[in-house]
This record gives sequence, C-alpha cells and structure tokens, in this order.
Amino acid sequence: MISADRQSAVQKRLLKRYRDEARFRAFGIAAIVFALAMLALLIGSIGSQAISAFSVNELTLQVTLDAERVDPDGDRSPESLRRGSYNGLLQDALRAQFPDVTDRAQLRDLFGLYTPLVAARLLNQVADHPQSVGQTIDFTFPISDHADLYLKGQITGSDSASLSGGFTIARQDGRAMIVSETGAFATVLDAVRADLDLRADALEARAARYETRSEAAGDAARSEQVAGDAETARVQAAALRAQTGDDSGDLELTPQLPSRLVRIAGGFMAIDTISADGRTVSGTFLVSPEADASDEAEILSLSVPQADRRFSDAQIAWTETLVARGLVREGFNTWLFTNADSREPELAGVLGAMIGTVLTIAVTMALAMPIGVFTAIYLEEFAPKNRLTDLIEVNINNLAAVPSIVFGLLGLAVFINTFGLPRSAPLVGGMVLALMTLPTIIISARAALKAVPPSIREAALGVGASKTQTVFHHVLPLAAPGILTGSIIGMAQAMGETAPLLMIGMVAFIADVPSLSLDGLTEPATVMPVQIFLWSDGAERAFEARTAAAIIVLLGLMISFNALAVFLRRRFETRW
Amino acid sequence: MSTVYHDTQIENAKVALDAVGVTYGSKTAVSGVSLRIPDRSVTAFIGPSGCGKSTVLRTINRMNDTIDIARVSGSVKIDGEEINSKSVDPVVLRARVGMVFQKPNPFPKSIYDNIAYGPRIHGLASGKSELDAIVETSLKKAGLWNEVADRLDQPGTSLSGGQQQRLVIARAIAVSPEVILMDEPCSALDPIATAKIEELIDELRENYCIIIVTHSMAQAARVSQMTAFFHLGDLVEYGPTEAIFTNPRDQRTQDYITGRFG
Repeated sequence: MISADRQSAVQKRLLKRYRDEARFRAFGIAAIVFALAMLALLIGSIGSQAISAFSVNELTLQVTLDAERVDPDGDRSPESLRRGSYNGLLQDALRAQFPDVTDRAQLRDLFGLYTPLVAARLLNQVADHPQSVGQTIDFTFPISDHADLYLKGQITGSDSASLSGGFTIARQDGRAMIVSETGAFATVLDAVRADLDLRADALEARAARYETRSEAAGDAARSEQVAGDAETARVQAAALRAQTGDDSGDLELTPQLPSRLVRIAGGFMAIDTISADGRTVSGTFLVSPEADASDEAEILSLSVPQADRRFSDAQIAWTETLVARGLVREGFNTWLFTNADSREPELAGVLGAMIGTVLTIAVTMALAMPIGVFTAIYLEEFAPKNRLTDLIEVNINNLAAVPSIVFGLLGLAVFINTFGLPRSAPLVGGMVLALMTLPTIIISARAALKAVPPSIREAALGVGASKTQTVFHHVLPLAAPGILTGSIIGMAQAMGETAPLLMIGMVAFIADVPSLSLDGLTEPATVMPVQIFLWSDGAERAFEARTAAAIIVLLGLMISFNALAVFLRRRFETRW
Repeated sequence: MSTVYHDTQIENAKVALDAVGVTYGSKTAVSGVSLRIPDRSVTAFIGPSGCGKSTVLRTINRMNDTIDIARVSGSVKIDGEEINSKSVDPVVLRARVGMVFQKPNPFPKSIYDNIAYGPRIHGLASGKSELDAIVETSLKKAGLWNEVADRLDQPGTSLSGGQQQRLVIARAIAVSPEVILMDEPCSALDPIATAKIEELIDELRENYCIIIVTHSMAQAARVSQMTAFFHLGDLVEYGPTEAIFTNPRDQRTQDYITGRFG
C-alpha cells in the first residue's frame, strides 16, 4: 500500500509532466504559426509587387509602311528592308495623333511614350511579310515603362472631378483661357489654396527644425549657415501664405505644386493661373480641344508635382488622350516570358535567364549526380576503412560548409584562366555549381546507402551475388529515393545560387536568348537568380515589379522541380 | 580450456573444420574449433549468447569476409577442398553453401523474382520455362507452393513471417546448394510457423547438409542428428544429439542443457 504522502508526490509529478508536455506542444504550434505567418508575409509582399509586372499596357498605332522609307532599294530584299527607317514611321504615326505638337522638346517628350527598340520588332514584322510594304497596318507594342506605371497609378495619385455649367475657350497672346460664367473653378481654387497651405506648413516646420539645430550647433559658422537656411524657408512660407491670404489676386500654380489639368472638348490644358473669382483658368493646351465651347469639363488633380516626377504633364495628357481614343489596352505581359533582358523595362523578359538556368543546371546535373552518387557508393560500399578514407570523409564534410563564392574563385582560376574555357558560359557555371553541390550529394547519398538494412546485403551475398551485384541489384534501388531527394536538394541549391556565378562573369547584361542546344553551353548567358540581382539594381522604377515577378518565376521553377522529385520518389519507392 | 569430446566415427565428412579461429580486431571470438559435419543430416550449434556459434557458422560460407576487421585462421574444407584458399571465389562458394538468416529477409521484389534472382545471376536457367521450373520446384521443396502459386507477382515482403522465412529457404534452395546454413531461423517466428520450418528442415535433410544455429535446445533435440555445444568461444562438446542431451560428458554441457545457465 502506497502512503498518502507518496501518492500525492506521485500525483504532483504526474501533473508537472502533463504541464511540460502541454507547454512543449504550445511552443511547437507557436513556432509553426510564426513560420507560416512569415511565409505568407514573404509571398504576399513579393506577389503584390510582382502583380503589376504580369500585365502591360500596349499601344496600337496605324503605321503607314511608306515604300520609299521602308525599302530604300525598292526590291523588297531583306537587305534593303533592313535599311528602312522604321523608327521614323513610328514617330510619324504618333505625331499623326497629336498634329499640333511641333516644338522640339515637346516632340522628344512625345516620342518618350515608347522605346525606339520596338522599331526592331516592326522591322522583323515587315521582313516576314514583305507584301505589306505600302500598306497601312495596325502595329501593337508596349507603351513606355513610365506611361505604363502612370496608367497603373504608380507614378502619381490622380483624382478627377467633373465640372458643369458651360465653358468657353479663349486665346490671348499665345495663352489659352477657359472661362466659366458660373465660377465653377472655385472648388479648384480652394483645393490649390489647401495645397499652398500644406506646403507653407511644411516649410515652417522645416524652418523651426533648422532654428533649433542652429541654436544647438557649437560651431559659430555652422550655426549661422543653418540659421540662414531657416530664414530662407520662413520667407518662402510667408510668400505662400501671402498668396493664400490674398483673396483678390490670381493664384499661380508652380511646377512644385500638385498639377491640375482640365480636360475639355477632347483637349487637355495644364492650369498655371486661376483667377481669384474662380471664373477663369489659364495655361497652355497640351492637347488641342476640338471645339471652343463645352458644357462640361473635368479637372484631373495629380498629387505628385511635375517637378518631382519623370513623366510630364504633357505626357500624362497624351497618354490619357490615347486611352480615351481606345488605342491603349492592358493585357497579359507576354514580353516577360518571350524576351531576354533589356535596358527598357517594358521589353525586358526572363526567357534568356530561364534558358540559361536550364543549360547550367543540365551541366550541373550531368556532372554532379553521377560523380557524387558513384563516389558515395565507392566510399560507402567498397572503400577500405582506413586513415585515408577517414581523411577524405572529413574533407567532404568540410567542403559542404565552404562559402559558395570560393567555388566561384576556383572556377575563375582553374576553368577560365587555366583551361581557357569561355567566360559567362553555362558550361563553366554548371561546372562550378557541380563542384559546389558534390558534397551535398555525396553526403546525402551515403546516408541513404547507410539506411538500407544490412539484412538485404546479407540476403544477396547469401545467394552468391558478388559485392557489385549486391550493390547495384539491391542496395542502390532501395537507396535511390533517398539519393534522389538529396540530389534534388543540391540542384535546388545550385539553382538559387548567385555568388559563384558572379565570379565567372555570368552577371553580364545579355540581351539575346541563348540557344537551347549544345552550342548554347558556351554562349554567354545568365541565370534566374543573377537576373533578379541585376534587376533589383535597375535604374528604372518599373524594374522593381519585374524583380518581384522574376522571383515568382524562380520560385515557380523550384516548386515544379521539387514536385518532379516528389513524383519520381513516389514512383520508384520500394518498401521493405 | 577446451576439452572437446569428439565423435570420431564420422567418415567422409561434408564439412570439415580444423583449428578454426576468428578474431574481430583484437578480440578473439572463437578459437581452435575442429568439427566433422556429416552430409544429409542436420547438425545443430547450441550455446549461450555470444559463445561464437554464429561466427563459426559464417566461416563455412566466408560471410566473415564481408566484415572488414574479421580475421579467420585454421582450415575449413567442403568435400575435402579448402575454401579459404585464394583460388576459391567466395561468390561461387556461396552458391554452394546457402544461408538463411535470423530475420526473414526477402528482397523487396516479387515472390518470383526473389527465387529467380540466384539462378539468374549464376546463369542456372537457359530460358524462361526453365526458370519457371526452378521457381516452382524450389517453392515446392520449401512447402510454400500451395500458398503462393497464384500470386507469384506479389512482393515477397507481403507474406507472413513464417512464409517469408520459407520463401528465403526456397531462395537458398533455388541455386542448388550442397550445404544450407541456418542462423536461428525460427527466433522471429511464432510456434506454428516454427513447427512448419522444423518439418521442412527435416524433409530437406534427405538432400542437403544442414547446419543450424539455435537458442532452443528443444529445437536442437527435435530436428538435429548431431549437436555441437559452444561456450565462450570454444567448442566444448560434439556428438550425436541423443548422446549430448542424455549423456553429456562435460559439466558445462550438462549445466547448459539442464538450464543452469545460458
């Protein structure tokens, strides 16, 4: 009989055990939830950035393939067609949409709505169909990255409001005015005043900051300089306040203030002055109106001032007009999957990098898998156990921990400098990655071989199979799923590797899609992770979304690779 | 201190061991074992755990070769031919000396392939029909044919433990060995499966020289004609089973079979 004392001690101990177990489970669940939340955050943030890169706005223009300009020799030969002036045709097609744009600087802005690189596409199209020379065709091409970003709302916030009450357009000394007898522009006036006030507030806050800094500065000269800056800000703020406070004078909209465009009768005017009574706005017409009077007008407010963006009011007006004319369509961004890298984001694609990755990984697989697996088989099944093999084993384990960039240096020194293999080539990249993945494959393959029950070996040896027969008929098939898993992990690692490839020059800008063939192995190429690295550094803002899109593509490639591995594993797995 | 009581009556022994010793690294597992094992009979090796009976068994088909640190000394002859000589290929030897292990270890393949594997690698069958015949006779000899004839393409691992062990015996028979070594073949089986295997061993005795290591003295008494008792790496006593069990000459044998230790 257990004493009551002892019994309660046992009970206590039991309760503590349950508590420990419950706590451990709670920690485990918390860890999993945390990991899942992080994963969701990662995928969510990349996905939300990438989404805008998967669609693109395309412009369709009527291009007249004027025979004299397209085919200077007049014989429709490819050589002659290649000398044609296609960019000129595109420029003419765009000018035809906005005939009153004549100023040189304005024209440069207008032609900024597309990249001249698309002229090469027009050339190829004409070269493929020489019979189209002389005709007028519809040519569709991606609009410039800035216009695309504007249409996706990423350059400036825009807000439109309808005005009504009848408007007339008047011109005076090269300036245009829109007059509303009902004073419809009063709302605009208020909004601009609010903008001015905000700006004055910001300037005053800055002045206050400078003043405190000036007082705190120990150095007299520095203190004076900061005080001067503060003074300047105060004066600017005071000037703005004077404008808003003055109800009688006209308000001026500088490029430092959020722009306001008036859309009227199919035209666009950028406002630079608003009369104090809210009856008249004046400025310049960016797109000419089709009539001199209209019942309705629309005010387009652009929250980012023109001075702070690289897409001018005029370009916005043209883009909006092209959209209104039904010439711009948003569609799936096929360019992303059919083009190689480009300096122009709207033409940049991942196809080149994808093929580079396929070629590189093919080389890696062809080298690392057989060498790694056979090394593992030899070391595990045949090699004598002595100091030398111990040393080799320790070194293989150490190699798995060597930073990957070291393998890149090795590749540069040995494969490129000593053997004279080509730079930037998938062949060398694959060889370097094979070196890097070998330890992973060897270690996992050895573990898989070790896990095969010894009874199977004994059974095979017992019926008179030789050592080699035992290994290849019985042990290897049983270890294959494990070996495959390890190899795939190694390959996935290689697929995501950037550092060693930088060393061997696979970081170059390559605008051609490498050929998916043996020749492609020695042509310059780049791979997905390097492409992501390059784009993340891209100067154009549109590369941000493309970087995220490329990450999604790489993740997709990896997931399909792993899915294939799981499928193969299931397929060949034998249980014992 | 080994005092071996030999039955010297045995002439024309199938397997002859002379002063066999095995060391694992610096550790001596068995030493000075000399035995004459008759053909067409069952010889049982008994003794407490770790006494070296399995080690001796494994010298007969050179399975100790597969352990790096194992060293075998002395002479093992089958039909008067020294098997440890360099001219003997252990692979060929193992075809002549089949082995059945403690735990049933069928290959993770079909029943058919389990049996056919040996004949295939040794080239014993020249065609599909001949191979089919070998599979059938082997399974029949192992008493498994009736149970598996209609599902030869199913994995060998899907059979019950006792069936698996008979499958393994059939696999050993398929390469027409002369000697069959059994290392505690029933220790993982229930009494009914054990009874079947013992029956099978009794039948196989007519054609093969069978050597069986067993922990069960009852089993040794039931199936064997000759018994060898090992203790601490020495062969203590060897003779006809009846004599060993009814009239042991060594005190250690006496103690072991009466259950005083082991």
